[in-house]
Amino acid sequence: MKFKRFFSQIYLTLIFIFLYAPIAVLIVFSFNSGKGSRFDGFSLRWYEELFQSEMILDALWNTLFIAVTSALIATIIGLISCIGISALKGKPKAVYMALNNIPMLNSELVTGLSLMLVFAAFGLTAGYPTILIAHITFNIPYVILSIMPRLRQTNKSTYEAAIDLGASPTYAFYKVVLPELMPGIFSGFLLAFTMSLDDFIITYFTRGAGINTLSTLIYSEVRKGIKPTINALSTIMFVSVLLLLFFINRPKKATNEIL
Amino acid sequence: MNKKKWLSTPYLIWMIAFTVIPLLLIGYYGFTTRDGSFTIQNITAIFSPAHSKALLKSLYLSLLCTVVCLLLAYPLALILKNKNVGQGGFVIMIFILPMWMNFLLRTYAWLNLLDDGGIIERIFSLVNIPYQSIIGTDAAIILGMVYNFLPFMILPLFNVLTKMDENVINAASDLGANSFQTFIKIILPLSLPGIVSGITMVFVPSLTTFVISDLLGARKIMLIGNIIEQEFSIADNRHLGSGLSLVLMIFILASMALINRYDKNGEGNAF
Amino acid sequence: MGIGETMKTPLIDLVNISKSYDGQLIIDDLNLSIRENEFVTLLGPSGCGKTTTLRMIGGFEHPDTGKIIFDGQDITSLPAYKRQLNTVFQKYALFPHMTISENIAFGLKIKGKSKTYINDKIKYALNLVNLKGYENRMPDRLSGGQQQRIAIARAIVNEPKVLLLDEPLGALDLKLRQDMQYELIRLKNELGITFIYVTHDQEEALTMSDTIVVMNQGYIQQMGSPETIYNEPENAFVADFIGESNIIGGTMLEDKLVEICGTKFACVDTGFGKNKPVDVVIRPEDVELKPEDTNPLKGVVTHLIFKGVHYEMEVQAGGFEWLVHSTQMFPIGTKVSIYVDPFNIQIMNKPESEDEEAVGIDE
Repeated sequence: MKFKRFFSQIYLTLIFIFLYAPIAVLIVFSFNSGKGSRFDGFSLRWYEELFQSEMILDALWNTLFIAVTSALIATIIGLISCIGISALKGKPKAVYMALNNIPMLNSELVTGLSLMLVFAAFGLTAGYPTILIAHITFNIPYVILSIMPRLRQTNKSTYEAAIDLGASPTYAFYKVVLPELMPGIFSGFLLAFTMSLDDFIITYFTRGAGINTLSTLIYSEVRKGIKPTINALSTIMFVSVLLLLFFINRPKKATNEIL
Repeated sequence: MNKKKWLSTPYLIWMIAFTVIPLLLIGYYGFTTRDGSFTIQNITAIFSPAHSKALLKSLYLSLLCTVVCLLLAYPLALILKNKNVGQGGFVIMIFILPMWMNFLLRTYAWLNLLDDGGIIERIFSLVNIPYQSIIGTDAAIILGMVYNFLPFMILPLFNVLTKMDENVINAASDLGANSFQTFIKIILPLSLPGIVSGITMVFVPSLTTFVISDLLGARKIMLIGNIIEQEFSIADNRHLGSGLSLVLMIFILASMALINRYDKNGEGNAF
Repeated sequence: MGIGETMKTPLIDLVNISKSYDGQLIIDDLNLSIRENEFVTLLGPSGCGKTTTLRMIGGFEHPDTGKIIFDGQDITSLPAYKRQLNTVFQKYALFPHMTISENIAFGLKIKGKSKTYINDKIKYALNLVNLKGYENRMPDRLSGGQQQRIAIARAIVNEPKVLLLDEPLGALDLKLRQDMQYELIRLKNELGITFIYVTHDQEEALTMSDTIVVMNQGYIQQMGSPETIYNEPENAFVADFIGESNIIGGTMLEDKLVEICGTKFACVDTGFGKNKPVDVVIRPEDVELKPEDTNPLKGVVTHLIFKGVHYEMEVQAGGFEWLVHSTQMFPIGTKVSIYVDPFNIQIMNKPESEDEEAVGIDE
């Protein structure tokens, strides 16, 4: 028994190292005083350069703007559709869900290419709107997948009880159904935001000239060799997310203990 | 109730505009020439030596990556299940967290680790083991793929395993099955939806990737994804690119058909 | 109390078993002997440790201290799959990816039995649980009651010496539950094996068991035949948990004489000493209402409900609300007097502290 536990602990640690080793490398090298792949000494120069690099800050702004906007719009459309889907039955529902699953199962490569073709065919110039539409398209399925199970679990009678007690359907929805869906909505938003933030392929095919997100900027810099300024930026982003998660999880734990 | 149905229409229109029509367009371009006449040459182009070699290489590497992911992820998911960490966000967070650092950057960081003069070589030389950089080899591509897609195998497996009724497993052992027999006869078949869903979630992106081969292949390895990407970006031949994409989609459709066969209830979804 | 019980040796012996989860004591130094061919019910409120006890016998939990003896052999550290017992789980736990016959054959296949043997056994078992012709169905096509029967069939084909049943009827509706109770008794008699049954339903326990083990907070409160448990509860917890009862504080004046509500009652209990404070248990059906002037303890009817087989009344008498069941109706406001047959008065020692109430009683 102990032997088994020992091995599973080692196995977990190895996988963990595998997943986080590159991240550790990135963080360490963001403090490198040199530029190469050898650690020459501790320095904050890349952090200083970062805040002077308009190109990187621009790309950061684009990335965040697109991630927040597309996740927000996807969450709203996704939520509305979920309620609509719950009223569908049988074949129409199956077809609807199958369509919804296409962007998730189809490869990003094909989704990106096909969107590029459709924008060209509609005469849309590649730019902010095309990137946004593309991101919303691949985000909505994740939102729907997060909200649907919640919606199925919600107790119909609480909604009916609210109506019975004199609430209008809209009021009952806002006061009774929506709060119950909130965790699903939140995780859907978070998932959409993350997917959008980390996306490269679809942005690559749908962006216009001159618009860079962090992904496309990094991709174009790969050939020349990536400057540690981007490491510095990624480190800041990663640490802020870590802190954010820490603070979100903190109060939850405390209330759990009280309960 | 009937009014509610209409709430599903805006997204239906969205899907037709940005999912269905784009796919139809790929079909259109795939079967036409630059002057608009019908052809199947864009499809049959897959049989040219360069293209078929790239496709076979992609299939080989992505299958290998899927197998490696499955073999790594299943014990991990079992361990996590037995640790009773709960359905919880915590496990999912561990595997989603890396995504907050750009995936190109993370993959690129493997160069730092693996390349000549990289960190691993220095560690190896400390203990006097000769090290040969794997950058530019199949092994590097596999490693990059596994690194990027392993979470998509772990999450559906973990989900399906934690949802399993503990008493069903107890019942098997009650009826005399030892842990190996219980695994083979009960746990494995019941986790099939998670396995199938994990396989597609790893197989599809690794079959179509062009970024990982770009970053870790040192331009020596051409995958079908690289070929298609270059048809669009460099050769500016969307007809040939679409035709090859259609061929690629046949393989994707085949794996989707597999999903529908084994995962009827959508139990194996990762999220 | 069972017939010839002294002649049978114990089949299962739990010796000084303790078990805790996260520092919380679930089972505290439990001792329990179960004889062959007995229908034993572990009865108690949720969290009393009954299911944990059963799971330890089945091998799904392991005691922190103590020993489990089965058929003269120490099986404390034996894994579940090596134990000669089978379990019927709370929610049946049928294998959802196997047909009914595959489910039933599972244990036999593992033991390497021949095909014909297995087929005969499946037929026999399905016959026994009245589900002939269900061989090729999938579990999710069956109703709760049918799944329950399959779970039993799957267990008994292995010919276990003991069948463990963990609240097997909990998920069924009332009518079906009653039918299944009779069926379980029939099965037990036909198979001639030991049943250990866990439930929180006291009526179920009284109906089916040879022996009831009443548990609370990890301790055995009382163990005995249904009649003993019902008629002679040893403490207030048992009296309160089994059926309805009037539990009244009183004083044992001398042998065979107790004072409750300021009135002396004749009883049959002896050996409590003189002027000892005690708890007195009187079942509502044993409280007899008489005309006002015939008995010393007088009262007035304050509540009246028709319950079908009897009337339920509350009588205010001597500063206590007496619960009374009677086939005779006394309207609200009727002045009555109370009589209790000496044999129907059950005297219990008053617990001196909270702890005392929960002392394990194994004799």
